[in-house]
Amino acid sequence: MAMNTSSATVWSSTLATTRPQRTSGLVRAEWTKMRTVRSTVWTLLAMAVITLGIAALAASTIASRWNTFSVVRRLTFDPTSMSLRGLLFSQLIIGVLGVLVMSAEYGTGTIRATLAAEPRRARVLIAKSAVFFVLAAVVGEVLAFGGFLIGQSLLTSPVPHATLTQPGVLRAVTGGGLVIAVLGLFALGLATIIRHSAGAITAYVGVLLVVPIILQTLPSSFSQPILKFMPFTISNAMTSVASQGSSAFSPWVGFAILVGYAIVSLAIGGWLLAKRDA
Amino acid sequence: MIDVRGVTKRFKDNVAVDDLNFEVPTGVVTGFLGPNGSGKSTTMRIIMGLDHADQGEAVINGTPYSKLAQPLREVGALLEAKAIHPGRTAFNHLWFLAQSNGIPRRRVHDVIELVGLDQVANRRVGKFSLGMGQRLGIAAALLGDPGTLLFDEPINGLDPEGILWVRNLLKGLASEGRTVFVSSHLMSEMALTADHLVVIGRGRLISTGSVGDFIATNAGQYVRVRTPRPDELEGLLEAQGAQIRREGDGSLSVSNLSAEQIGITSGNAGIFLYELSPQSASLEDAFMEMTRDSVEYHGHRLDGATATTNGK
Ligand SMILES: Nc1ncnc2c1ncn2[C@@H]1O[C@H](COP(=O)(O)OP(=O)(O)OP(=O)(O)O)[C@@H](O)[C@H]1O
Ligand SMILES: [Mg+2]
Repeated sequence: MAMNTSSATVWSSTLATTRPQRTSGLVRAEWTKMRTVRSTVWTLLAMAVITLGIAALAASTIASRWNTFSVVRRLTFDPTSMSLRGLLFSQLIIGVLGVLVMSAEYGTGTIRATLAAEPRRARVLIAKSAVFFVLAAVVGEVLAFGGFLIGQSLLTSPVPHATLTQPGVLRAVTGGGLVIAVLGLFALGLATIIRHSAGAITAYVGVLLVVPIILQTLPSSFSQPILKFMPFTISNAMTSVASQGSSAFSPWVGFAILVGYAIVSLAIGGWLLAKRDA
Repeated sequence: MIDVRGVTKRFKDNVAVDDLNFEVPTGVVTGFLGPNGSGKSTTMRIIMGLDHADQGEAVINGTPYSKLAQPLREVGALLEAKAIHPGRTAFNHLWFLAQSNGIPRRRVHDVIELVGLDQVANRRVGKFSLGMGQRLGIAAALLGDPGTLLFDEPINGLDPEGILWVRNLLKGLASEGRTVFVSSHLMSEMALTADHLVVIGRGRLISTGSVGDFIATNAGQYVRVRTPRPDELEGLLEAQGAQIRREGDGSLSVSNLSAEQIGITSGNAGIFLYELSPQSASLEDAFMEMTRDSVEYHGHRLDGATATTNGK
């Protein structure tokens, strides 16, 4: 070892300095985190199997029972909505994934490594939300279109089937996929607020399914105005070709309300993330 | 250099860090000593911008952590071993950290090799032993080749060879001109590793300075004396300027007076001695003595008596 008799050695890093990386490095880091845990892959796989499976099952059941259907039922049959019914399960599963993407950071302590690497916490949440939104939107669209195509291909004459060029069909299919992505973000926001997997999943399932079920047991004069705001009602209106009348908002108004939920949950989550100790 | 200025941190009504002021100099290993619960980890989390101080601030080379653009290139830390997703591989854990700070992939391989994890880089961290987790944490700290390093109890869970490795690593890093801040509750370990000490108890600064000074002032000599007439002897020795502590087993620990002087005094007074043995207080004793009043969690002896008089 060379003896350094002069005063003190001054440290200088051997790593080449780069321009301070802006968002791109953070986004890539979040994507690496997402793709390198098994839960992401398994959850998305389960989502695909269930959603496409339900589309196939529902279509073949209807095709085999068509002859027994009443005239009214035949006239109001919405083949698009039928083939997108499995998206309800996608909504549940994407919520679980959205929760895990954030709560696992807290559960495992990775959050401290994450925030040491980027102390500007709002940026961490924005990068994570952006990456997750893109992932959920791609998967949501693939499953919506996949479910639609599988479902329609199994509806053979005399059962009517839908095509993407019919009015309202493309909106229903694309919108169904987008609803998945936005609900996933809403769940991610809930997890940022609650920080525990079980608690955040409970809250999400509560909003998605439990509250609507409870509301339906109450007098409709009371429950109807609230039900209109539930994600369940909004996503039903989005995936139906026919109008739902006064019982639901029009598809894109409803969608804007869902986006509002996601933004509010992420904004509260982001505020708490910045304020709390990690 | 790390500069902690008047930092106070409360958790509900528990004051974990209490108006703490100290500096961590560059180019040497600084040991951060304190009993369990004295606020070492909390202080380190505040330096890292993870916990928010209620009062005061901590800066690194003049800048608060939260203002660093690519912090991993300036500060590296091992705070808790295994605060890592168990389902992710060692490589992927380091790789996402590298990406977030624009650190090249080559460097990930370099630090994996440096800590000796090359064989298991692609294994899931959940399968790692405590020591392997500790090495991965050290790799993460070194990832950005930073000039400032914080290690919270880095030798926890390491075998003797691993402890020696960490000791040499810390000294090597400091000799390159880096700031190295290491917490421990083992004074003996710090005596071997550190050049500088910051000692805290109950969140307050007790002492700071070089290890050499600490040893000179604290590692005193004393004589252990056992006698059937301790009260009488105590009075006689005190008259000659001795400092005496009564131990739990009835013996006396006498300092400021040599064994010869004690022997002559007791002989002249006709007091029998059963034991007269010179002892040198270890640094560990000195540390315990120093923090005695600030120890939060006291051990209890098996016979039911409290080990120290300062029970909560
Ligand atoms: N997140 C927290 N919430 C509430 N109290 C906390 C929290 N973190 C630490 N404390 C309390 O603050 C005090 C200091 O704890 P800290 O972990 O900093 O001590 P330490 O010196 O690192 O101890 P050890 O040697 O055991 O690691 C303790 O009383 C502890 O209970
Ligand atoms: Mg600690």
